[in-house]
Amino acid sequence: MIHPTPSGTRDVLPDEMRELRAITERLRSVFEAAGYGEVYTPALEYESELRPAGVSPAYRLFDAHGDVLVLRSDMTVPIARVAATRYGGVALPLRFAYFAHAYRGVRAHRGQAREFLQAGIELIGSPAPEGTAEALGTLCGALDAVGLEGYRVGLGDAGLYPALLDGLGVAPGARGPLLRELVARDFVGVEREIGRLGLDAAAAALLLRVPQTRGGPEALEVAGEAVDGMRAVHALLDPGVAERVIFDLGLLRDLDYYTGAVFDVYDPALGVPIGGGGRYDDLLGRFGRPLPAVGFALNVERLHIALMGEERGAGAEEERIPGAAEGRGAGTGE
Amino acid sequence: MSDLTIAVPRGALFAGTLDLLDGLGLDTAEVRANDRKLIFPGAGIVTMRPSDVPTYVEAGAADLGITGKDVLMEQFEREVYELLDLRFGGCRMVLATVAGPDRASEALRRLGVMRVATKYPRIAADWLESTGRQGEIVEVNGSVELAPLTGLVEAIVDLTATGTTLRENGLVIREEIATSTARLIANPVAHKLKAAEIDGVLEALRAG
Repeated sequence: MIHPTPSGTRDVLPDEMRELRAITERLRSVFEAAGYGEVYTPALEYESELRPAGVSPAYRLFDAHGDVLVLRSDMTVPIARVAATRYGGVALPLRFAYFAHAYRGVRAHRGQAREFLQAGIELIGSPAPEGTAEALGTLCGALDAVGLEGYRVGLGDAGLYPALLDGLGVAPGARGPLLRELVARDFVGVEREIGRLGLDAAAAALLLRVPQTRGGPEALEVAGEAVDGMRAVHALLDPGVAERVIFDLGLLRDLDYYTGAVFDVYDPALGVPIGGGGRYDDLLGRFGRPLPAVGFALNVERLHIALMGEERGAGAEEERIPGAAEGRGAGTGE
Repeated sequence: MSDLTIAVPRGALFAGTLDLLDGLGLDTAEVRANDRKLIFPGAGIVTMRPSDVPTYVEAGAADLGITGKDVLMEQFEREVYELLDLRFGGCRMVLATVAGPDRASEALRRLGVMRVATKYPRIAADWLESTGRQGEIVEVNGSVELAPLTGLVEAIVDLTATGTTLRENGLVIREEIATSTARLIANPVAHKLKAAEIDGVLEALRAG
């Protein structure tokens, strides 16, 4: 008899579970040693209570009392709720770690996960750049501890492009089509929409170049003062962390509560990011307790795939293309 | 260049793509000589149907890929970077019906719905929706021109370069939906981790 589970969900059996546990135990030790206490929050929350976060959850249900419940789509919003409601008079900053499943909508036949395990931290009450640098240090410490070797961390700034548009006098009402092309990662469309703004050649070239600029510290020169925040974070990083960073002036995260630094974790053994995070300095305020905050989440299943990909890659270096396709193909995408 | 894997579309864009890769200094002689082999590790080339290119590039099985804008429009949710309009392989996405009285308009007026056969169900559905018409999309996999001739549908949405196939089957273009050319796409992770190589390709393509 075959009794399927909903698409995008799956059973985890002992062989895989042991490997996942080995990863999460190592992550937990790093988080714990850095002062991040583990928390767990309900998978189900009241929709009305999470609404201030502005995130639209994929799964809603009614309970027996007619209340609308949602399945959490990440842990950042529930932890923001916890920090705002349960840690009133406590000294800052607050440090939380979590290992929990989150739930997202999926498209058919794409191998995307509806339910996925996230491991992450939230650092609440510590502003940029110190808090950002601490989070990046913890992130790299955690990835080093699980033995991932080739990873890099893309570092961008969610406020950079809006600030550039402000500086060039592009009215907020005129930005929609351009920002849509940016989110769609379509630089042909970006160029077309910049052309329609009627800017001078230098301004248009800057708007086109910035989101395609990524690399070492020299990448920051393209955007001048607009990236002083990224320079300040970079200056605080340990050398071992700094050398992992790729400055990415075009980095966009799909959650809209990010306010400043944003990051993505990449590994050559996987075609999709392993995790990411950033600053969300406005989110706690929406729950009535304005505090600057930063955090990241790793997708544990993707981390597992990347670790296995690196392991295989080390064994089959000469077979370049088959090795690459094998190691990076399987996706437990979000 | 040597570290990049490129997904190359077989079919209408194949020759133009290989010419482009020659210009980048890749040796495409083996690819041209062998139309059964799929993977050419020496040149960093993998070959596939154009509509599979975004799949391989999104997953990172190829770092770069070349495919038509029509494919990218149909698979709009793929998480790939669209880097460059390569300006070859030009064609049009059109709505066509049997020549003579417009049966699609008649169906819409008298039956409220027009039936449309296509290999591009999302583009067709978006087009009807954005023009305020109700439609029933019939997805077919080959020879779309057959569908209106047999009475399966009143109209088709399909790609045409010269219009010859449509004409030979007694169909006429009623509406142009979009134009399409070949595009260079990149995997988002490769775009960060192999930035210098990818920018090198972009620069060479822009200069060429």
